[in-house]
Amino acid sequence: MTEPTRTMNMIQAINSAIDISMGRDNEIIVLGEDVGFFGGVFKATEGLQAKYGKTRVFDTPITECGIIGVAVGMAAYGLRPVPEIQFADYIYPALDQLVSEAARLRYRSAGEFTAPITVRTPFGGGIFGGQTHSQSPEGIFTHVAGLKTVVPSNPYDAKGLLIAAIEDNDPVIFFEPKRIYNGPFDGHYDRPVSPWSKYPESAVPEGYYRIDLGKARIVRPGDDVTILTYGTMVHVATGVVAEMEIDAEIIDLRTLVPLDIETIVASVRKTGRCVVVHEATKTSGFGAELSALVQEHCFRSLEAPVQRVTGWDTPYPHSLEWAYFPGPVRLTEALRRVMQD
Amino acid sequence: MPKRNLPPLTLHIPEPRFRPGDAVDFEDFDIPAAGATGRPEITTDPAMMRDMSYAMVRVLDDEGQAQGPWDPRLAPDTLHRMLRHMALVRAYDERLYRAQRQGKTSFYMKCTGEEATSVAAAHALDREDMCFPSYRQQGLLIARDWSLVDMMNQVFSNRGDRLKGRQMPIMYSVRDAGFFSISGNLATQYPQAVGWAMASAARGDTRIAAAWCGEGSTAEGDFHSAMTFAAVYRAPVILNVINNQWAISSFSGFAGAEATTFAARAVGYGIAGLRVDGNDALAVYAATAWAADRARGNHGPTLIEHFTYRAEGHSTSDDPSKYRSAEERSKWPLGDPIARLKQHMIRVGIWDEERHAAMDREVAEQCKAAQRESEQLGVLADGLKQPFDTMFEDVFEEMPWHLKEQSEQMHAERKAAGI
Repeated sequence: MTEPTRTMNMIQAINSAIDISMGRDNEIIVLGEDVGFFGGVFKATEGLQAKYGKTRVFDTPITECGIIGVAVGMAAYGLRPVPEIQFADYIYPALDQLVSEAARLRYRSAGEFTAPITVRTPFGGGIFGGQTHSQSPEGIFTHVAGLKTVVPSNPYDAKGLLIAAIEDNDPVIFFEPKRIYNGPFDGHYDRPVSPWSKYPESAVPEGYYRIDLGKARIVRPGDDVTILTYGTMVHVATGVVAEMEIDAEIIDLRTLVPLDIETIVASVRKTGRCVVVHEATKTSGFGAELSALVQEHCFRSLEAPVQRVTGWDTPYPHSLEWAYFPGPVRLTEALRRVMQD
Repeated sequence: MPKRNLPPLTLHIPEPRFRPGDAVDFEDFDIPAAGATGRPEITTDPAMMRDMSYAMVRVLDDEGQAQGPWDPRLAPDTLHRMLRHMALVRAYDERLYRAQRQGKTSFYMKCTGEEATSVAAAHALDREDMCFPSYRQQGLLIARDWSLVDMMNQVFSNRGDRLKGRQMPIMYSVRDAGFFSISGNLATQYPQAVGWAMASAARGDTRIAAAWCGEGSTAEGDFHSAMTFAAVYRAPVILNVINNQWAISSFSGFAGAEATTFAARAVGYGIAGLRVDGNDALAVYAATAWAADRARGNHGPTLIEHFTYRAEGHSTSDDPSKYRSAEERSKWPLGDPIARLKQHMIRVGIWDEERHAAMDREVAEQCKAAQRESEQLGVLADGLKQPFDTMFEDVFEEMPWHLKEQSEQMHAERKAAGI
């Protein structure tokens, strides 16, 4: 029997994931700025307050520290909060509650208290959001012991991964690449955008399913070079590879912590070359971790230095967005370099 | 150069009244008489009781008589248990302070002079109410009759330490006593307590939450986030500020005490605020019971400032004689909480000096016996007590590959080094 599916964009898939989860588990509650009556500035929680009531879906004061701190306390009570931080750029006031509290609670109390919290937050650029609505701070969180980090790249994955994140008994930061909420983005900002409905990943089962955390997806198998990426950049990579005559294996990591090291290692041992792609700034970014892991695990298979394609080490600029964004030009150059060696 | 014909601007840097060597005189301290402060109904609109944030709830007068509308009229049995718990806290502190000085553990923090702020509060709360303590609320655990041996096992990071030696001494976590895991980062427990209380309310529960922080920590953003959330959702929570005048070496002026009281932080948020004589166990009990009834009756949160004095150093890691006058402790105008409750109980004829001396001997012996039992499971100074693998456990519910790899690496490197 085939599960009934519906065409969904990422927002609808995320909304469906929360809806399905709340219907299954009474302990799940949603809180955040504008998430209640209005349904969130990106509409990810639309209709949930009407369906589940105000004590399960409610607006909060504008204090990210408070939102996460309160969520930790609710988790200590026995609830499973799913707070929204309106933009990942706003998450820093909550950093202490995430890093020192949610992430450490299981460890410091030897399991007496836990923080099964899923923090949803839109991240990444490509929407002319300037430096306070465009950042990709995932590397700050992957550096923290005790946090899981998830980044979906399409509607089907977004729903399955979010359900798995909400069911996880550890705190998860769920980064939603907002540039691809409505349709994939190949980095060609001057070309018309096509909606998710034109892509197979928009066929999302209406019911319950989960994609386990820690499992990468091979987007495109290939033999020449491995591209490790996640989020919006999966689509940039797909577009570039389609236009170049290159048999690249594109891996969508989906979860950064825990990382699917087996899929990465198997691919790089096969191809002998690796390009790491993310939108975040370069220095100490997650790409540095990926590069180091590839070097540690696949050194004898490597035929060229691992290349990193990232945002520049500057704040995210407004008008120069497309000079900053690691788009097709930067990735094409990196692929040429890695293939030359 | 100044562009206007005005004197130059000056920057105010607060300075405590007394520094080492200074003669201390608290004569001009404005302390309301016991019994003089009114007691509003628990349903009172916060806007109608703002004066409570600037007054002081006091029950015991200088002669040990209970005065005024806040007298909780406790049964002798409750008074006996509160006194004994406070004496036990002091004895416990003495014992473990000495153990730290003997090199048996790395660190300790006493709450000497502040025993009433946690012991009396715990007696006024229900056993099922959830406490989100800071690091100086050992009195909550002792007032809830938690095992001294279990507490000491944590302080010694020994084989019996349920927290597997992961936390600095005194950073207890006791779920079974409604005592949340202590964080070293200040005031983080404040919004957590509000969240717990909100969850309890959302679930139609009857339990409330209470949090504690020091006056210095009220400057943290978490404090203000918590106050906002507590006010907005009328959370059933009691937010306690232990104003013991000193945050390590910084006097309360660096948290804003020169300008206003800490209870008055409640005014701007529209929360009920009470300022209490923190060395008066009956006043602490009465204020906590008032706030608990208010919270349980869906009338909202209360901020309570407990005005007290940190009689000892911040911890075993600082020497208070280097930054404040040694005379402050002896001249503190609100006295000592144990001495004051003892005086009251003698005065009302339910206690005497002999029984008090006997109790002091008993609690000292109780702590000594607990320490003997705990030390059989080792002390920190004797070396590592936990199996190495426990270091990698509980980071996540299930250990991911990278932690397994690191655990194996640790074993391999120790083996290679011959240890």
